[in-house]
Amino acid sequence: MSDTINLTLKIWRQKDASSPGKFETFKLDGVSTHMSFLEMMDVLNEKLIKENKEPIAFDHDCREGICGMCSMYINGRAHGPLKGTTTCQLHMRHFHDGQTITIEPWRAKGFPVIKDLVVDRNAFEIIMQAGGFVSVNTGSPADANAILIPNPIAEEAMDGAACIGCGACVATCKNASAMLFVSAKVSQLALLPQGQVERAERVMNMVKAMDEAGFGNCTNTGACEAECPKEVSVSHIARLNREYLMANLKNR
Amino acid sequence: MAILDSKIPKGPLAEKWTKYRSTVKLVNPANKRHLEIIVVGSGLAGASAAASLAELGYKVKVFCFQDSPRRAHSIAAQGGINAAKNYQNDGDSTYRLFYDTIKGGDFRAREANVYRLAEVSASIIDQCVAQGVPFARDYGGTLDNRSFGGVQVSRTFYARGQTGQQLLLGAYSALSRQIGKKQVKMYNRHEMLEVVMIDGKARGIIARDLVTGKLERHFGHAVVLATGGYGNVFFLSTNAMGCNVTANWKAYKKGAAFGNPCFTQIHPTCIPVSGDYQSKLTLMSESLRNDGRIWVPAKVGDKRKPVDIPDNERDYYLERRYPAFGNLVPRDVASRAAKQVCDEGKGVGPSGLAVYLDFRDSIKRLGKDVITARYGNLFEMYEKITGEDPYQTPMRIYPAVHYTMGGLWVDYNLMTTVQGLYALGECNFSDHGANRLGASALMQGLADGYYVIPYTIGDYLSGEILTKPIPTDHQAFAEAENNVKERIDKLLSIKGNQSVDDLHKRLGKVMWDYCGMARNEEGLLKAKKMVKEIREEFWKDVKVPGGAFEFNTELEKACRVADFLELGELMIDDALNRKESCGGHFREESATDKGEAKRDDANFAYVSAWEFQGDNQPAKLNKEPLIFEEIHLAERNYE
Repeated sequence: MSDTINLTLKIWRQKDASSPGKFETFKLDGVSTHMSFLEMMDVLNEKLIKENKEPIAFDHDCREGICGMCSMYINGRAHGPLKGTTTCQLHMRHFHDGQTITIEPWRAKGFPVIKDLVVDRNAFEIIMQAGGFVSVNTGSPADANAILIPNPIAEEAMDGAACIGCGACVATCKNASAMLFVSAKVSQLALLPQGQVERAERVMNMVKAMDEAGFGNCTNTGACEAECPKEVSVSHIARLNREYLMANLKNR
Repeated sequence: MAILDSKIPKGPLAEKWTKYRSTVKLVNPANKRHLEIIVVGSGLAGASAAASLAELGYKVKVFCFQDSPRRAHSIAAQGGINAAKNYQNDGDSTYRLFYDTIKGGDFRAREANVYRLAEVSASIIDQCVAQGVPFARDYGGTLDNRSFGGVQVSRTFYARGQTGQQLLLGAYSALSRQIGKKQVKMYNRHEMLEVVMIDGKARGIIARDLVTGKLERHFGHAVVLATGGYGNVFFLSTNAMGCNVTANWKAYKKGAAFGNPCFTQIHPTCIPVSGDYQSKLTLMSESLRNDGRIWVPAKVGDKRKPVDIPDNERDYYLERRYPAFGNLVPRDVASRAAKQVCDEGKGVGPSGLAVYLDFRDSIKRLGKDVITARYGNLFEMYEKITGEDPYQTPMRIYPAVHYTMGGLWVDYNLMTTVQGLYALGECNFSDHGANRLGASALMQGLADGYYVIPYTIGDYLSGEILTKPIPTDHQAFAEAENNVKERIDKLLSIKGNQSVDDLHKRLGKVMWDYCGMARNEEGLLKAKKMVKEIREEFWKDVKVPGGAFEFNTELEKACRVADFLELGELMIDDALNRKESCGGHFREESATDKGEAKRDDANFAYVSAWEFQGDNQPAKLNKEPLIFEEIHLAERNYE
């Protein structure tokens, strides 16, 4: 395999939230296959700057697949073609010479575009603020080992807690549903003893905030799990539904 | 500047914090409601501080440049968090954690601060568990521990390879709760660009809304910086792309002394550089050194595949040189040893700047499943980046810039030399001396935020209860905003030929070559000149496209790199001044016969606190002597 490839990039450009957007096409030659996808974007931006053109705005920060800042819909898939991988961890060796790559922002009513590939994910913040916590102030809690948690429970809670809040689940869902994101947190705290006191209230409040933010409903296509870079399972959605049902019954 | 007063409480070391907490001045709840605190940064230190202060009843504003506080770079810490719980019954104690930290830092940290850190470490674990942080558990349901470099006990708590993420999400959830209660006002996508000073006290900040470009004025009775480290001065580091020194640098220019700027940690286990386009370096957690063995071919220029090199032709150089600690020597020691073998020509990989980290023996001993359970996500990450499978062939690793022990000088209260301006977490200089031990950054960030600042800030704010919020049409706010505006306009007006990254990369290379893993006077003097030249070029020839009042990532970068270009010179000045080797600071002129770092306690047992004297003026060096009452200064020996 050659170490460099030539690419055609079709990238969504949009000045700001209120302006219409459109695709622009760029040629980028001599891309090293060892580059990460975002390094390829850096190289393109450096080229645009040299040509007195405006660079493409995109979100990114840690470039280690954990901060959840990077997004991008690549050839019709959230975070690109690889399973369990964020855009920043995607490398150009997974593309071939002469390929056309289409790059779009997350598209969802709950995530308005800020500029080019950058979207506003503040709706996730509001959902977290509604109940994504255990109400415990800083102070002198009990000794950590006073709460015994069986290893499998801790592991399953960790599976949910691994969510990085990137929004790929929403972007990939045909209903733009945020159920996977919400369920990951609800599930983590419903599994752990620490989350029991506010268990019912939490799920009610988070689901309410989710609905108000304009996210769609879950119709069990499973696309979110397939595209989640942390492979958070839809079984958390099943738990969310149970929790929601139980909470409603309790409140009656 | 006033004389450096560390304000360390009197009395025996083990009683200082308890006594302080019991006698520090308090602010009553009715007054807390009227006191406003600005927190800049939302990582472990910032989020934990903001949440805890809001819980106490203060009005808090939090600023972060990302789109959510949960993105702060604390999230990327992999391996774990230390705490002196002694759950493993292996002889751990507050004193031992304190001693390990002081020794690990090569006796260049303050005893009282470090002891307090060790003391509150156990509470941090309790607090995080109470929040629902899913730490790893044993089959009986108790918390599991692992071991980290530079210590001989297992005191590190972890959540798979995502400990930083889970701790940050814990602090973030506490912060989110306070935002929901309207006790905290959160400003996402905002960057602090100036400290506002009124009558010698920090009274607010100027922040830029990164979406609209609008400059905003914010008042606070006190300003808390929790803005992380400055490793990105090297361009390539394990830091996130946005990590920067700007907030600290603005504080420095307003009178906050900068402590030990040359103390930089080079982490031994990172994925090697692969090309010029490289934007950052990826860390492989130090926890891998628990089960991986580090080696190079014994013969120079041995180009065989690693699996084809028999054991007797491999040099497990850490095990050979440091039999007591082996692969778990502290980071600075491991990094230098890697550099030395590569300098001898034994390095591996295409660039020759890498060593092997090999799991063959532990896979044989423990089975692949155990290794997958411990490090699965790290192995996957390695394979994604390099395209190689570490179960089959050893990882290739090389040291990279990771953490900065230096930072704003703070007293025992975590206040800088500017009244009302605090620095927490990595952005202060206080606890790690000249080298930080693994899993101690998370500990310090959370200690400062959850358990120190909530007490110490009361000492200052109790004197501010009569201060009414100062309207932001005050002249000091107007002047500060104008300074920021002029600087932005200047950057946009240059319209030169070099991109911000071009210039940043050049700065980074100079810093890495001359102020990196090994430093000497000749190189540092040369680098000082080069940094100055790049800085002058920057202000003549940088090209920043777009305008001020829009989402403009190049402008953001330009503002940050302009500050890095000044910081670089201060780091070099500090490295020049410190003619000893200690921790991560290795002066080639000061080495033992075996090539180990040689400290000079007679002349350098002090903190360098640099004071800004004006643009293009040499900074003034102030010295805080380090007085060791409790422990005996000793040569660090990991053999």
